[in-house]
Amino acid sequence: MSGREAFQPQRAAEIIAAGAHREGPLLPILHALQEAFGRVPEAAIPMVAEALNLSRAEVHGVVSFYHDFRREPAGRHVLKLCRAEACQSRGGEARAAEAQIALGVGWGATSADGAVTLQPVYCLGLCAVAPAAMIDDQPVGRLDRSRLASLLDAARGDA
Amino acid sequence: MTDVRLFVPRDAGALAVGADEVAAALRAGLAKRGIAGEIVRTGSRGLYWLEPMVEVATAAGRIAYGPTTPADVEALLDAGLLSGAAHPLRLGRPEDMPFLKRQTRLTFARCGIIDPLSLADYGASGGWRGLERAVAMTGLDVVETVVRSGLRGRGGAGFPTGVKWRTALQAPGARKFIVCNADEGDSGTFADRMLMEGDPFVLIEGMAIAAIAVGASKGFVYIRSEYPHAIETMRQAIDVARRAGYLGAGIAGSPHAFDLELRVGAGAYVCGEETALLDSIEGRRGQVRAKPPLPAHHGLFGQPTVINNVLSLAAVPFILAEGAAAYADFGVGKSRGTMPIQLAGNVRHGGLFETAFGVTLGELVDDIGGGTASGRPVRAVQVGGPLGAYFPRALFDTPFDYEAFAARDGLVGHGGIVVFDDTVDMARQARFAMEFCAVESCGKCTPCRIGSTRGTEVIDRIIRGEGDRAAHLALIADLCETLKFGSLCALGGFTPYPVMSAIRHFPEDFAAVPARAVGAGTP
Ligand SMILES: Cc1cc2nc3c(=O)[nH]c(=O)nc-3n(C[C@H](O)[C@H](O)[C@H](O)COP(=O)(O)O)c2cc1C
Ligand code: SF4
Ligand code: FES
Repeated sequence: MSGREAFQPQRAAEIIAAGAHREGPLLPILHALQEAFGRVPEAAIPMVAEALNLSRAEVHGVVSFYHDFRREPAGRHVLKLCRAEACQSRGGEARAAEAQIALGVGWGATSADGAVTLQPVYCLGLCAVAPAAMIDDQPVGRLDRSRLASLLDAARGDA
Repeated sequence: MTDVRLFVPRDAGALAVGADEVAAALRAGLAKRGIAGEIVRTGSRGLYWLEPMVEVATAAGRIAYGPTTPADVEALLDAGLLSGAAHPLRLGRPEDMPFLKRQTRLTFARCGIIDPLSLADYGASGGWRGLERAVAMTGLDVVETVVRSGLRGRGGAGFPTGVKWRTALQAPGARKFIVCNADEGDSGTFADRMLMEGDPFVLIEGMAIAAIAVGASKGFVYIRSEYPHAIETMRQAIDVARRAGYLGAGIAGSPHAFDLELRVGAGAYVCGEETALLDSIEGRRGQVRAKPPLPAHHGLFGQPTVINNVLSLAAVPFILAEGAAAYADFGVGKSRGTMPIQLAGNVRHGGLFETAFGVTLGELVDDIGGGTASGRPVRAVQVGGPLGAYFPRALFDTPFDYEAFAARDGLVGHGGIVVFDDTVDMARQARFAMEFCAVESCGKCTPCRIGSTRGTEVIDRIIRGEGDRAAHLALIADLCETLKFGSLCALGGFTPYPVMSAIRHFPEDFAAVPARAVGAGTP
């Protein structure tokens, strides 16, 4: 799972400086910030804006445009469930309903125990082993009911 | 026993069904028997219903076993897996298996066979020959070779690749760029992912050839964030290629300088659209730009830019190495060469099938795909991703060819075919298409942003049996006309394909009392 460091301006400044020399540096920097802090911290936005000579509104606009960037940290694990057509054809919607019931949350939310954030995705490129999911960066295919249940159990078991 | 060599895929699709666990069990089984052996982690051959598929090198060639689980490994080793002995999971030589034997693998020739990050493997299997030819040619000669091959863009629009390159070659600019579109957002497609994980050097070689052709000094590979394994493999491959002198100053011993940088997307389907993708690299919201200007004139950072799909670029090394005619000899009409077709969803033999254009949809689905995985009748297939049309069995005689699909109000797109059995509810599929458009719209055009949400609501009313069905259907047809003509890009412009094809070919699912089957195509 990506980092859950507490926000530290010094650390954020290092990350921004390390990426600022690239051509088109904004997305790589936002990815790196999220990698370190588990989210794009609000306090980092003016720092990024200043370093890249952009307005805060521009940086905000980019952060909010992309589905990947979080403003709040995710749970200890992120379960991405594929909602797209190939997975639909193999019962993906049933898995989605089961996951929502088991976690007690809807799309984009984190279970009350902080263990799992449930995220919808539209295709993981695992369409020939559908239905598919990704837990943290681990791909999972042929996701039947019991496989999903054991994934969720394992994710919630490791505090 | 010496020289034991086993092959286990590290492709994400194989990992998703336990390839790492099988590799670990094999390693433990070898250790227990005191056998020193090498387990090479390859890409996937693309026979996903047989993954994890293990291969062993024998005197008679490689012998495959699959689908394997860690629990099978002890019995496989006891039965004599290492010498290719009989076992219920033994599949024989992969190249003799009908699914592979019937293919023409030009772009995917090495995928699943070699160690993806081994320069020695790549060179020994014909790698870099295209680039070596290209560095001895003028840029214009490289461009004209690609033009003559008839290669068309594999990302969806099917625009002739060589013609695009010619425009970029002729465009004046202080710097030029090659951008690889590895956003692969279309559901039901995974060929870009497989190739980047299984044979990354062929993509690097294709991009280097493109750079020589148009005079570009820098390239970007833009990979979607949903592909962590492809990202990692490409990252390593770029490093290896740079250290070996295939990237950087003086590529392959020539005076050309060309380097590559990898960029990761951030979860936006529309960033697969070329102008939105360029904006995204530049660090902006991924919004579609009006064309002209074309990226070939005014692209990344305002400079002439070639942007091509992974498969378009990866087809180029073969064309340079073997000649334009060797590629153009395959195919039909204006669809030349081969297409890596992806069989996905509820299909028995799901996987990658690279073949010359011209094969029919029916052959692909029934014959090669073996019908549904659920064993129920095939009812519908969606071709070309979420913006592609749904085809009923009645249209299974359509040949795989850009023009033939267009003539039937469909598209080849990136070559994905998603199969559905008779439990599919086409009203729900139409609703999903509208919803997808609403979720992923970049917001620039009103029909796409607002009309799609309205369309979702209207289809919901049809599904719930509320109000006047005929009026709802007329409204959907209207909305689709507006989308088609009032959208800047194919996200809004092509959403009518899945919606209207579902209504046209499966009207019974939109009836007042739809005869909806119960149960879903659940495994
Ligand atoms: C909404 C939308 C999404 C697209 N997604 C992709 C994609 O994921 N990959 C891709 O190669 N092309 C995609 N395209 C097509 C590109 O705009 C462009 O045509 C392509 O990158 C050109 O490369 P090619 O000529 O090699 O196909 C998309 C187009 C649209 C309108
Ligand atoms: S059709 Fe939709 S995605 Fe395409 S440019 Fe218009 S609003 Fe953006
Ligand atoms: S459609 Fe679900 S992984 Fe591709």
